[in-house]
Amino acid sequence: MSIFDFFRTPKKASAADQAKERLQIVLAHERAGRDSPDFLPQLQKELLDVIKKYVSIDDDKVAVKLDRASGYSTLEVNVELPAPAKGAARAATGKVAAAGNA
Amino acid sequence: MAKIIVMTSGKGGVGKTTSSAAFGTGLALRGFKTCIIDFDVGLRNLDLIMGCERRVVFDFINVINGEARLSQALIKDKRVENLYILPTSQTRDKDALTEQGVEKILNELKKEFDYIICDSPAGIERGALMALYFADHAIIVTNPEVSSVRDSDRILGVIQAKSRRAEKGEAPVQEHLLVTRYDPERVEKGEMLKVEDVLEILAIPLLGIIPESPAVLRASNVGMPVVLDDKSNAGQAYSDAVGRFLGEKIEHRFVKVEKKGFFDRLLRRTA
Ligand SMILES: Nc1ncnc2c1ncn2[C@@H]1O[C@H](COP(=O)(O)OP(=O)(O)OP(=O)(O)O)[C@@H](O)[C@H]1O
Ligand SMILES: [Mg+2]
Repeated sequence: MSIFDFFRTPKKASAADQAKERLQIVLAHERAGRDSPDFLPQLQKELLDVIKKYVSIDDDKVAVKLDRASGYSTLEVNVELPAPAKGAARAATGKVAAAGNA
Repeated sequence: MAKIIVMTSGKGGVGKTTSSAAFGTGLALRGFKTCIIDFDVGLRNLDLIMGCERRVVFDFINVINGEARLSQALIKDKRVENLYILPTSQTRDKDALTEQGVEKILNELKKEFDYIICDSPAGIERGALMALYFADHAIIVTNPEVSSVRDSDRILGVIQAKSRRAEKGEAPVQEHLLVTRYDPERVEKGEMLKVEDVLEILAIPLLGIIPESPAVLRASNVGMPVVLDDKSNAGQAYSDAVGRFLGEKIEHRFVKVEKKGFFDRLLRRTA
């Protein structure tokens, strides 16, 4: 880095650059998963079945979030567990970071 | 009472998705709880235009098939309160859209939302038919160009014959014309159909005229509905159209070539 870079204001990515980056990310994921059946519904079902073996949970209290980035995705599963007798509900969060394309 | 609005055109590429995103966002900005649904199964694009493509987990088809609940598939917009997107599937085909499935989800959405916008695919096949079938309002997106106007006429015929309101003999679907990609300069040169001509031929009430604008491409690059670019003429024109839809009296803008001022001309000469 030269000293002159110091004075340069960091250039914001142009609209076209942002478009390219967004496309590269979304297409990498789509191409990787093009021929596989949607696995998320099945994954969610099996996860719930396992959890239900141990605690009784309400199907409505499950939130699945996915964030696709370049090179990896984060899958976040939030399951709200019922309160033990009295007191506030507790949330158990499981984060699964999947390397590569998910 | 929730209202279902279909954004349709017959012809492809005239600006349905751009308009669904802008119009839906405009309604949410005015405080109405709004959901925009992508009916273009297999060619999902609304997520990109709304900038939520990285957050799609479950989709419309998963909900129809009972593989996910509606609340799990709805994506809440990060910029605008009251705005939700229901993305479609990129891998399944249009046969996944069953009448019962679509109806069930629309009924569920109606309990929660003020407006539901259905972004129709092009054509008059299953996807387009399902997008318009349950509509209370139809916004016909038309470019000032012969094939677009003809296809708009065709889709109006389909709405009048095959929508649920038509089949059940209820009050007809309310039709609105949205002329997009309007270029006043070319109209003035006689190269492009005038909005008056389009209106005369289609004979439905005019909701808005969206000018051809570089702001639309810019907005889509960054995943932002163009109505949020309130400095752009296209953004302002969409906002006006939303106002008119809600009953406000707003004059049409951006239909005449803007007169260049003295300084403009001076600058242009030196530029
Ligand atoms: N007012 C406008 N000014 C400039 N470009 C526009 C305008 N409206 C739409 N476009 C451009 O036209 C193209 C098609 O737009 P859009 O995807 O919204 O059409 P569509 O009707 O949804 O297409 P499809 O039939 O494939 O679903 C896009 O490249 C978009 O950026
Ligand atoms: Mg479209």
